[in-house]
Amino acid sequence: MVERLKLTGISKHFGAIRALHDVSLSVREGEVLGLMGDNGAGKSTLVKIIAGNFRPSSGDIELDGESRDFHHPKDAQRAGIEIVYQDLALCDNLTAASNVYLGRELRRSLGPLRIIDYGRMHRRAGELFALLKSETRPRDLVRKMSGGQRQAVAIARTLLADAKVVLMDEPTAAISVRQVAEVLELIRRLRDRGISVILISHRTPDVFGVSDRIAVLRRGELVACKPTANSSPEEVTGLITGAIEAA
Amino acid sequence: MTTTLEQAIGQSQHRSVLSRIMSLQVFWIFLAAVLACGALSVLTDTFATERNLFNVTRNFAFVAIIAIGMTTVIASGGIDLSVGASVVLSAVVVGATMEAGFPLWAAALFAIGAALLVGLVNGILIAFVGMPPFVVTLGMLSFARSMALVLSNNKMIYEFGPDHDLLLWLGGGSTFGIPHPVIVLVILTAVMSFVYNWTRWGQHVFAIGGNENAAVLTGIPVRGMKVSVYMFSAFTAGIAGILMVGWLGSVTTNLGTAMELTVIAAAVIGGANLAGGEGTVFGAVVGALLIEVIRNSLILLGISTFWQGAFIGCFIVIAVAFDRVRSWRGQG
Ligand SMILES: Nc1ncnc2c1ncn2[C@@H]1O[C@H](COP(=O)(O)OP(=O)(O)OP(=O)(O)O)[C@@H](O)[C@H]1O
Ligand SMILES: [Mg+2]
Repeated sequence: MVERLKLTGISKHFGAIRALHDVSLSVREGEVLGLMGDNGAGKSTLVKIIAGNFRPSSGDIELDGESRDFHHPKDAQRAGIEIVYQDLALCDNLTAASNVYLGRELRRSLGPLRIIDYGRMHRRAGELFALLKSETRPRDLVRKMSGGQRQAVAIARTLLADAKVVLMDEPTAAISVRQVAEVLELIRRLRDRGISVILISHRTPDVFGVSDRIAVLRRGELVACKPTANSSPEEVTGLITGAIEAA
Repeated sequence: MTTTLEQAIGQSQHRSVLSRIMSLQVFWIFLAAVLACGALSVLTDTFATERNLFNVTRNFAFVAIIAIGMTTVIASGGIDLSVGASVVLSAVVVGATMEAGFPLWAAALFAIGAALLVGLVNGILIAFVGMPPFVVTLGMLSFARSMALVLSNNKMIYEFGPDHDLLLWLGGGSTFGIPHPVIVLVILTAVMSFVYNWTRWGQHVFAIGGNENAAVLTGIPVRGMKVSVYMFSAFTAGIAGILMVGWLGSVTTNLGTAMELTVIAAAVIGGANLAGGEGTVFGAVVGALLIEVIRNSLILLGISTFWQGAFIGCFIVIAVAFDRVRSWRGQG
């Protein structure tokens, strides 16, 4: 299999805070990488760098063997990188469909004008929710939605374009058991389509259930990256807390 | 499974139109304004006269025009306290340049340009320097009003050069019996309702007001958007300033004093949420209408105008309280 995304020596400082230090990591085509670590270990920072929200203080990002420097989330999106943010990044005052298409609204011509094509957005968003087996209605305001429905809106966003890499920051936090199973099933479906997935989660069973490899960050440093089959929940827990130095 | 889903979607679409309308704050405000008008027509024989209605509609048009700009700013999660100052700056610029012999179109361009500059500076300080809108626009209120004093040397302007009559016609005249400021308001209302609902710019204003962080993360050009929002607000103030000069026939430097408060009141009464993410163009217009009807009715009923503030204050609180009640019911 081909290496889809390759990070080399990524470091990130926020003023005096060292969020990431010399992280090198790669994900292959159609591979699910579980990314674990304690609170503040730098997981969100790492995926935000990949998604173009932050630029790394140093280090290199390669996509399909080509070095990339994203200045803007749109750059990463155009290159085929989609992300589900930890806080979901939804606008409560807008509808589900508007949130799915936020920042890339569909438009149609009305004479010389380009107006938003709500009809097509509602239809497409409805199809995506059906694909996710979520009972989310495109026209409903996000304000009125349950945790699972909000999750579905955030995940539906990643399916709009032909993504190569999908980054998921705690997609299974704060949703019901049944919905967790659905999200994991969705991740498998993305993988089967050849999409590489980086899954951040604090829930060991989720990561072991779906990932091919597991990477562990501790205080900004990568302390392990190995096939899930060769690891165990006990080892990962030890790596996260520091009881096990590295693997 | 799929049928229940589709049924559910169908139900949400067919939710009764009536209940949807009744849940809108602007509907009740509109009703209040209509009832007040009805009562006044019965109680006084002066309200429903052509002359009085002409005055009412024209007076409220100025506030309503700026309230549309203000609603846009509020919907994006900001506030603009400098609109009253932009009004007087625009008025002084148009007056002084016309007095100096410029034609109306050129003077109007200068005036709008001055207002846009105010908005640009506001926007840059807020979006790029990251200062709070309240502070920036409060400072601008002081600065722009001072500039108007400097430019006019605090002298009244009442000679507007070659296009003198044209200016008075523009602000004070009417076409088909409709005062020109009202025509401008109608056009602005139509255009901005369209922009709010059907354009990306409109969607993004509401997205920024709803969750600015989400807007940034999804790649919406939030900073540029904010600058454009403050420039639009200043633009509406600039337009109102020019029209007011034409209506009054003179420029004095106390023009637009405390107008920002009336405008914010109109926007809030019309349903703009100061927390951002909510507001409608129609609401702004109706809010402004209600304020003017209150003012006018107090005069016609012979009640001291000192009471005006009390009534408007009550309406602001009632409008916002109504919104709270509705959201409690929505959660329950
Ligand atoms: N924008 C920022 N400015 C300053 N410091 C930041 C910023 N974002 C993250 N940090 C810091 O970087 C470190 C890593 O944060 P990060 O959010 O990546 O952790 P995380 O592994 O995602 O944690 P969690 O499990 O709680 O989500 C923390 O110390 C955090 O305070
Ligand atoms: Mg995180």
